[in-house]
Order: sequence, then structure tokens, then C-alpha cells
Amino acid sequence: MAEIIVVTSGKGGVGKTTTSAAIATGLALRGKRTVVIDFDIGLRNLDLIMGCERRVVYDFVNVINGEANLSQALIKDKRVANLYILPASQTRDKDALTKEGVGKVLDQLAENHDYIVCDSPAGIEAGAMMALYFADIAVITTNPEVSSVRDSDRIIGMLQSRSRRAELGLEPIKEHLLITRYVPERVERGDMLSVESITEILAVPLAGVIPESGAVLKASNCGQPVILDTESDAGQAYADTVARILGEEREFRFVNVEKKGFLSRIFGG
Amino acid sequence: MSLLDYFRTSKPDVQSANLAKDRLQIIVAHERSLRNNTPDYLPQLKLDILEVIKKYVAVTSDQVSVQLDQRDNNLSVLELNVTLPEE
Repeated sequence: MAEIIVVTSGKGGVGKTTTSAAIATGLALRGKRTVVIDFDIGLRNLDLIMGCERRVVYDFVNVINGEANLSQALIKDKRVANLYILPASQTRDKDALTKEGVGKVLDQLAENHDYIVCDSPAGIEAGAMMALYFADIAVITTNPEVSSVRDSDRIIGMLQSRSRRAELGLEPIKEHLLITRYVPERVERGDMLSVESITEILAVPLAGVIPESGAVLKASNCGQPVILDTESDAGQAYADTVARILGEEREFRFVNVEKKGFLSRIFGG
Repeated sequence: MSLLDYFRTSKPDVQSANLAKDRLQIIVAHERSLRNNTPDYLPQLKLDILEVIKKYVAVTSDQVSVQLDQRDNNLSVLELNVTLPEE
């Protein structure tokens, strides 16, 4: 039976799609049979981040409406084994997703996958509610910035009251906090919220801290999930995050300012 | 940071991150209390209570207030306030 992971945030532009792509790829690299679904109907972008935009024939809504079957719509990743992408429809609107339709597709996917990663759209409307409804695990993506933290708190409220697990009175969704675009230098200077402050406010266990990194933009330019850039700080931080979601203990990296040597202090760099 | 920068930097007087944290703590606590302390049944409960009181005393809905307070994790207080009309 598959576990369903929703990558959510409330606020837009905090890195949900980057995170969905990285976590799904990371799980597949760890040998888990994984499918990642784009729930952003009308504004699909996961295909671009995964680098499979030219291979999209059928989409999520086609499958729900019975216009295509799953094997026709799923795109197999060319780099990593055990990884599939289910793209969003670009032409319909968010009302195309129904609870029954989504539930049926997820049930079918659960038969032969270990993890189903749901990339939520921003906001708290139908598409975002559908992405979180069936979740077993939530990755709450947050930037160290007031509006993002506040929106994350609202989404946490939704996870706890509007999900299937909440409605059926089951064990609650397992929540993981992921802080993205973190700049330790600015935190040290006192003009950016620290990891400690954010975890204290949201009271959700921390699964990862992704540093602000040029590697993320470079990865999206090339259509390569950033976790495949194993040399980069962001790639390594995502690999640690995946390990923590799988229950492993990892020390947090890239959260403190690296101490510079005497020479680089004088000459810069 | 090079040597020149080292002399140029002046520490900011206000640490804006602390201000951000304080503001967030207040607004998040407020928004949580709104979503946790008002269960769905509260409006209906208020109407039902009003119906019962109306049987005996002539009151209007604005003379009855029903509030649920979460004092701590184990204690919730349902507070009912009725302003009785003067004869």
C-alpha cells in the first residue's frame, strides 16, 4: 500500500514544485516506486521542472474522465528508475478534480507504487484541498518570511480539519516542516527569521532546511530535479530531507554561517 | 566580506527578524484561537438555547451570548450570558 505525500504551503512561489520534484526523485533514488502528480490544474509546471514537458500526451484530468488510462498518461523518468510523472491538465480548470475521481486514480496508483507525491497548487481553493485531502504525510514548505509562515499555519489547520484522515477520525497526517531559501548570513545579521523561530511558531517537526542556492535555478533551467546535482548544497539538503522523511536521523547542514579563514576575510570571497 | 566592508558595516539597531517573530506569534495565536475555539455546532447551539429561553422570557438573540473558552488542554468552559429584560 502506497503512502501519499502532499507538498503544500498555502503561499505561492515558496518552492513546492521544486520540492515535489526533488523529493519524488530522491525517493526513487532510494529504490521506492514513486509517482509524482501535478495538482495545479490549468497552470502545470511540474513537467518543466522534471524535464519531460515535450513528452506529455495525456494528463491527470484525462485519466479522471476516462479519456485515457493511467499507463497512457504516466511519463516514465529517463534518468531514475521507479519514477513516474502524472502531469496536470493545461486546458481545464480546478473544478475538473472531484473527490471520487482523484480517489479512484490514487487507489489505482497505490496498487503498484510505494509513494505518491502530490504537488499542491498555491492557495486554499479546490485544487489545493484536493491535493491534501487523501494525504498520509505532509511536507509544509515555508520561506523564512512572515507571509509564508502565516499561510503555512493556515494550511496546517486545514490538514488537521479538512483532510480525509481528519474527517474519518483516523490518526492525523504526519507533518514535516521544510524551510526553503534559507540564508544563514542574513539570520546571523538578524534580518531573517531563524529555523528556531519558525519551528517554535509552527510547532511542526523539522524535516529539512534548503539553503538559498543558485543550483535551484540552474536545475530548473535544465529540467533536472536539483537533488540530482549531488555537488550542490541544495541537492544535498534535499537528499537529507528525503532520508528524514524515511525515518533516518541526519544532522542539519547549511544552517549556520561557514566560518571564513583569515585570508578570505581580508581579500573577500 | 572584504577588509573594506569590515570597516563599513554598522550593526543595525533593530533586529527585524525579532520583530517578525513577535508579530507572527501574535497573529498566529489569534488565528488559531478563531479556528479552534468555535466548533461548527456553536451557532446552532446558540439558536436552540435561545428557543428554550424564549419559552419563559421575552429575549432577542442579541441578549444571549454563548462562548466557548479553551482554558488549557483539559478544560473548556461554555459560557452563557443572558441579559434579562427589565419589567
